[in-house]
Amino acid sequence: MKTDKTIKVDYLARVEGEGALYVKIKNDKVTDCKLKIFEPPRFFEAFLRGRHYSEVPDITARICGICPIAYQMASSQAMESALGLEVDGQLRDLRRLIYCGEWIESHVLHTFMLHAPDFLGYQDAIQMASDYPDQVALGLKLKKLGNDLMTTIGGREIHPVNIRVGGFHRAPSETELEPLIERIEWGLDAAMGATEFLSGLKIPDFEVDYEYVALSHPDEYPICEGRLVSNRGLDIPIEEFETHFEEIHVKHSTSLQSRIKARSNYLVGPLARFNLEYEKLPKSAKDAAKIAGIEPGCNNPFKSILVRSVETVFALDEALRILKSYKKPDQSYVETKPSRSTGIGCTEAPRGICWHRYSIDDDGIVTEAKIVPPTSQNQSTIEEDLRQLIPTRLELSKDDLTWMCEQAVRNYDPCISCSCHFLKLHLDRE
Amino acid sequence: MSPVKKPKLAVWKFASCSGCQLSLLDVEEALLEIAGAVHIANFPEASRAVVRGPYDLSLVEGSVTTPHDAERIHKVRRQSKFLVTIGACATAGGIQALRNFSNIEEYTRIVYAHPEYIKTLNKSTPIREHVKVDFELRGCPVDKMQLVEVLSAFLNNRKPNIRSHSVCMECKIKGNPCVTVVNGTPCLGPVTHAGCGSICPSFNRGCYGCFGPKEHPNRHSMSRVLTEIGLSNPEIVRSYRNFNAAAGPFRKESEYHED
Repeated sequence: MKTDKTIKVDYLARVEGEGALYVKIKNDKVTDCKLKIFEPPRFFEAFLRGRHYSEVPDITARICGICPIAYQMASSQAMESALGLEVDGQLRDLRRLIYCGEWIESHVLHTFMLHAPDFLGYQDAIQMASDYPDQVALGLKLKKLGNDLMTTIGGREIHPVNIRVGGFHRAPSETELEPLIERIEWGLDAAMGATEFLSGLKIPDFEVDYEYVALSHPDEYPICEGRLVSNRGLDIPIEEFETHFEEIHVKHSTSLQSRIKARSNYLVGPLARFNLEYEKLPKSAKDAAKIAGIEPGCNNPFKSILVRSVETVFALDEALRILKSYKKPDQSYVETKPSRSTGIGCTEAPRGICWHRYSIDDDGIVTEAKIVPPTSQNQSTIEEDLRQLIPTRLELSKDDLTWMCEQAVRNYDPCISCSCHFLKLHLDRE
Repeated sequence: MSPVKKPKLAVWKFASCSGCQLSLLDVEEALLEIAGAVHIANFPEASRAVVRGPYDLSLVEGSVTTPHDAERIHKVRRQSKFLVTIGACATAGGIQALRNFSNIEEYTRIVYAHPEYIKTLNKSTPIREHVKVDFELRGCPVDKMQLVEVLSAFLNNRKPNIRSHSVCMECKIKGNPCVTVVNGTPCLGPVTHAGCGSICPSFNRGCYGCFGPKEHPNRHSMSRVLTEIGLSNPEIVRSYRNFNAAAGPFRKESEYHED
């Protein structure tokens, strides 16, 4: 007998922000699938107009409490590009270091607190902790390490105060950073252990033929800079983003959806970076990938939890490398006089590329702003995943299918606060 | 079921960045202990499980910016014995209250291709403008240890021990050299509510007002200092117009300096 069902989740849990899911199934076919984003719009791109360029990183940080660094870095870099400033040497390393802190904090929060409970059948990490106390405690300790890295450099973990256009308000001394070395050495071992634990999770079988998009840098696994590349031939400087990508405003979402003009939807984030840039991972992260049983060509979105764990190992390894060679720079920032210009910045937020464009006038006042966050780029790919996943799982009860759909959405660690300009599940089987 | 009935905690989100409720997950060492002391009954960012109200304590993050949310906050209040707002959005309207000084239709046109799909209010307002609030915890973001203190206080029927002096005082306590006196750096420390631990001056920058106005701030005197160190009127206006732009004293002072 053919199934008709409606799956409805009015308020998706364990994601950052407000969203819902509505899926309608008729004669075993998904006839409607909407990731509804009802996060109230906050109009950043509008009220950034009229602000001085130097104020922008503090304001854009407030787009997201989970990945403020991503917004601060992309907006700082866009301004630096507009001003013609180069930030390199120890300052560049210091930026990469605090960004590693955000990757660690955000990835571990998602893998342990938000996503792992799905694989083990718990409502949340606190329930999970009663059966897996050591693992949850380990996750919390690793997350704290990422937060402490951010706090040491940035002043606090949420909305750090120390980042500015051109560098930092104050560069930390070697002695301030030194105590982190020993803790990160512990963290590397712990993250390997975490990867081993996660590799034991039962991962649903499901593969999708994605177009992956990530930054690509000649020498490094991408965090702060690079060209935009994909597995289908895209290879462009970040300045050409708008030539190749477009944003569409759909009725069921206060988040704009993105697509590649020449083709269609695409995927950004850990799975894209891992598949495109694997070769640039350090040995430790490649070892972690081996433990997790994944290699490039990994097209199962449910395995993103494993990729996040591998990337956590990478971020710890990279942080350790930077910490060991850190010398406090003489100047904590570079600056120059503004003139009328436009600048573009793009960095790899934990959830994928975060693209910004700003125009400023001769007084350094913003005349136009455009921000493309990772979750809005993934939004239509999430809907597409559900369209493909549901027909393969129709034997599940409505409750189990709903939970499976939620888990599939959480594969993307969607950050709705960011994308909203984003999420709720309605599953409709008629 | 445990023999002792644990108090029920709910966490609600309105327009915000989720950072303040994340602070609760950021108290890593204490999190499982807190989860042991309270029944986390409704906290969608952390759990699928939803237990129906009433709740002993509701933490509300975010400001009211849509007709739907203006109704929803009343439902939250009706289900809550105590309601505590957390962060600058919930206590002052947040960064999204910058719309209060502009035309929202123009804002919608700038951001969205189909403004007709967007339902939003002209103003972003704090929770207390809609319902009775039992305590307001400030900050953009809140300080996580202050959040634990507020939780502990309400669950034990006592008043939260939250300092109400200025960031300026926090610098004196910490022994920070004054960034305005030493470097001529503009700093809102004298008029800003304490709570962050004067982070910015410890990082060679002036306070930019994350915790909003302290009680009875001498705002004119503050602006006089800002003028003396060289800020123009538009710069003074922008200094007050950040995450607490719609909080009374900051709003009034910014309007006073508008041409």
